[in-house]
Order: sequence, then structure tokens, then C-alpha cells
Amino acid sequence: MRKILVGIKRVVDYNVRVRVKPDGSGVALEGVKMSVNPFDEIALEEALRIKERGEASEVVAVSIGTEDAQQQLRTALAMGADRAILVKVSEAVDPLVASRVLVAIAQQENADLVILGKQAIDDDAAQTAPMVAALWGRPQATFASKITLEGSVATVIREVDAGLETIAVDLPAVFSADLRLNEPRYVKLPDIMKAKKKPLDIIEFSALGIAADVGLKTVFVEPPKPRSKGIVVKDVAELVDALQKKGLI
Amino acid sequence: MSKILVIAEHDGAKLNQATARAVTCARQIPDAQVTIAVFAADPAAVAADAATLAGVDAVVTVAHSANETALAAVLAPQIVAVAAHYTHVLAASTAFGKDLLPRVAALLGVPQISDAMAVEGAYKFKRPTYAGNAIVTLEASPDRILVASVRGASFEPAARGGNAPISALSVTVELPTHTRYVSLSAAASSDRPDLASAAKVISGGRALGSKENFALIYSLASKMGAAVGASRAAVDAGYAPNELQVGQTGKIIAPQLYVAVGISGAIQHLTGIKDAKTIVAINKDAEAPIFEVSDFGLVADLFVVLPEIEKALAG
Repeated sequence: MRKILVGIKRVVDYNVRVRVKPDGSGVALEGVKMSVNPFDEIALEEALRIKERGEASEVVAVSIGTEDAQQQLRTALAMGADRAILVKVSEAVDPLVASRVLVAIAQQENADLVILGKQAIDDDAAQTAPMVAALWGRPQATFASKITLEGSVATVIREVDAGLETIAVDLPAVFSADLRLNEPRYVKLPDIMKAKKKPLDIIEFSALGIAADVGLKTVFVEPPKPRSKGIVVKDVAELVDALQKKGLI
Repeated sequence: MSKILVIAEHDGAKLNQATARAVTCARQIPDAQVTIAVFAADPAAVAADAATLAGVDAVVTVAHSANETALAAVLAPQIVAVAAHYTHVLAASTAFGKDLLPRVAALLGVPQISDAMAVEGAYKFKRPTYAGNAIVTLEASPDRILVASVRGASFEPAARGGNAPISALSVTVELPTHTRYVSLSAAASSDRPDLASAAKVISGGRALGSKENFALIYSLASKMGAAVGASRAAVDAGYAPNELQVGQTGKIIAPQLYVAVGISGAIQHLTGIKDAKTIVAINKDAEAPIFEVSDFGLVADLFVVLPEIEKALAG
């Protein structure tokens, strides 16, 4: 039976408006609400649905983060993941490093599917799924909006710029979840209680023998240049007039 | 000297405008020599198109039947083979580039800079994070190939008028068969301007209320010769197809004119339109955040004013 690995990243909640620290060293995270990356929730939901259809036997949630990421893994367990693994790091790692870690876990676990979010809403890098696939030497189906499994082949509908593209990939393979793949379930209280008893293993990053430095350094972080606020027009005539004066219509 | 390889995005006949924007980014790298690489079953037409971009020093082509459609797993090993002769590999940060470049970077064993929005040095770039709310300056190591995707909205397309030499490369690497193209269904009609490159864009949001009502947006867009966009809420609700989504997780655009109709302006949406030259917002709610960034705001019921605008344009 198939085993599914799902990536869970702890990120600043979707609704938080982050502020850049005055010294340019990063964004202020103290006291900010943290959540599971929304795309990772979609990835996990898909894994759970595959398992519930009887097409997989186990869903393993993996996070690469500090101790605190256990909270997000507990959320994943409450949603329905069977067990969780935290690869403990002291600070955020580059997507290339995260990918090397995920490949190590995928190999260790003999995973058939690795389902990740298409991007994390903190760094917005959108790199990890293709990197994992490349390092693992396996196919990738990014921006998935529908995944169908049949034997050793997955047929995937992808959200691309031109519309919806369908590809077929041989398993094992890496998938990245797009917005329309599914709508993640809400966690119910009894599930939160149950999740406390599910296994959550912690692996030290240093035990994996993967280098943390990939030669990319953050020089500084700044807020975006504000866009100057315009005017409010009173009616359509004034709007059309203003746009015509600018030669826009 | 920086030797920049820009990966062409194309439909088999023409170069995508996003690649012309990536060329502009490449040109801003100090002391750059810019080469466009065209991977296709028959690259002739696309290569000829690419060669006319100003600022392109050379076009190289890799013809292979497996390159009939763009599959990252198939293209990446070929790009890696070609990249050995270059200092940088760039591509547009489109669905194509986002799918492909990290695969290339990982095979090269290097990190990637996603969504480069400003060139600060040969190995130093700015990029947006947190939906554009924190701009990070990153510096990569000069002793390795730098892989970067280019945020199209931050760079104008390179002008025409170039005449770069075209040469064919033969690449002998084993290509995987584990990934196969099946089909493409394009939901949006192709007789409208392309959202990513259009000079004018009219977007509709949740306030449209239904797929039927969203026709108002199409109608006004037709009158104005504009492309149609949508907020995530409108796409999630099924009013508009996914490829029209504008914002952090959709398309990042920089038209001359952007008209947001019934869009409240969540930060995730605003990050997709911040580089538009003129933003018009039409919303019933005077407190909507979209008015914080709009050049011209109209507080009104869209169902009343859209027909009025159409009438004004007709007269």
C-alpha cells in the first residue's frame, strides 16, 4: 500500500500583516500568530482523502523547524495524519536544504507520494517541490488541482498560465498543491485530543549530515516602497474624464 | 564577465513576452553577455523571434522531439548540460519558470533566487517575500552558477531591433520518460489580450456575486480592449477560471491601467498589482483597502456604474 509524505511548514498566519524590523535584519515575529502554511494544509487534505479512498495506507507529516513547529505538526495529526516527524533546526533553512532533508526522509520512509504546498506564504519561494523531485530523481507534478491514482501512475491536472494542463507521472513522485485541489477540513476538538497520543518523532538536523549553508545570504530586509494614495472621484463622468486625460481610454 | 543564459518560454511559434522581460533583467547585470536558449521540437521560429530582441547577444537552440511540450523533468537535465558554460541561468517567474528553474537549480546543487525584482549587482538581487510586504536583498556566491527567476512586473520587455546570431547545440543527456504530457485545456478565449502582458486589465471580485454577473467584466473589457483578471475570491467561487487569478499566488502583473471592480484589496491581491501604472478601484465600501493603493477611486455600486462606464465609452 502507498505511503504519503506531506510537508508542513510553520509560517506567519495568513491574516497577519508583517512588519519589517527597523534595523533591516528581518521581519518582526515576536508575538505573531503562527499557522500551518495554507498550501500545506491543502497538501495534507489531499493525502488524507487519498488514504480515505483506500489508495494509501499511511500519511506522515514532516516539518523542518524549531521546537515550536511541533504545534503545527499536532495540527496535522489532528487533521488526520498518522504520525509526524520534526527535523529540528535552530533557524530557517534555504529551500535547497529543506529539499535535501525531505529527500532523506522520503528515502528513509520509502514514500510513494510526497505532497507539498506549491509555495510557503512567508518566503514565497515556490522551490521545494521541484527541488525535492530533482534530488530524488523522480517526476514532479506542480500546481496540482486534481490528482488521480491508478496503479503506478498518477494523472494530474495542473494550474498553468494557459489554463489547465494534464500530465501523467510514474510513482514515486512529488506533487505540489495549488489552491483549487481541495478545501481542507476543520479540526474537531476530539481529534485534537486524539492527536496528542499520535507519535511525533524528533530528528536533529545535524544527524542527517546535510550542510546548512548553501552560499546565499540575506543582506538586508526593507519594507516595500509605499504607493501614493490617489483621489476619490465623485462619479463615472469624472472617472472617465480623468482616464481620458491620461490617455488610458 | 557575466554570461547569462535566459531560458525561452514559448508556444512553439513565438517567444512569450515574459522572456523579453527576463532579458531586460539580464541586461541590467553588470558586464552581461546575454544568450537565449530555445528548447523545442523545432526551434526555428521561436529562435528567429528571440534573435530580434534588443540586447540579446546570441540565441542557442536545442531541437529534440521530447521538447515538443515543456516538461520540467525533461528540460532540466538539458539546461544543466548547457549551463556549464554560463555564470547565470534566468527564466521568467511564470508557471513555466516556477516549475522548471528549481529543478535546474537542485540538479546544479545551487540555491535559487525566486522572483528577482531588482538587480543590485552580478550576484545581488532584491526579491519580495510575505506577499510583497518585506523586500529582501540576497547575495549569492560568485563561484557558483546563479539561478534566478525573474518577476516580470518589475522589468519592461526588451525592445525589438536586435539581430543576434542563432546556433544549434547538440545536447546528449539521457531524458526521463517518467513524466508525460497529456493535454491542455485553455478555458479563457484566446481572442482577448493576454492577462500577463496586457496594457489594460479589468478585474472582478467577489462582489460580482455570480458567474453570470462576471459577464459584466468581460463586456467592459471587450469595450476597452482590456484583458480580464479576477481576485482569488472570485476564482474560488467559480466566477472566473483559475488562470485569471491576480495576486500573490496567481499572476503578478504591471499593466498601464488596472481596474479593480468589487475587489476589497486583500494584501495578497495588492501584491499582484502594485506595479500597475494607474489603478482604478470601484467598490461599494469606502473603507476597502483597495482605495489605499488606487489612483482613482469610485465609491459606488458596480452594478450601477459598470453600464454607465460602458455607455460613456460608447459615446
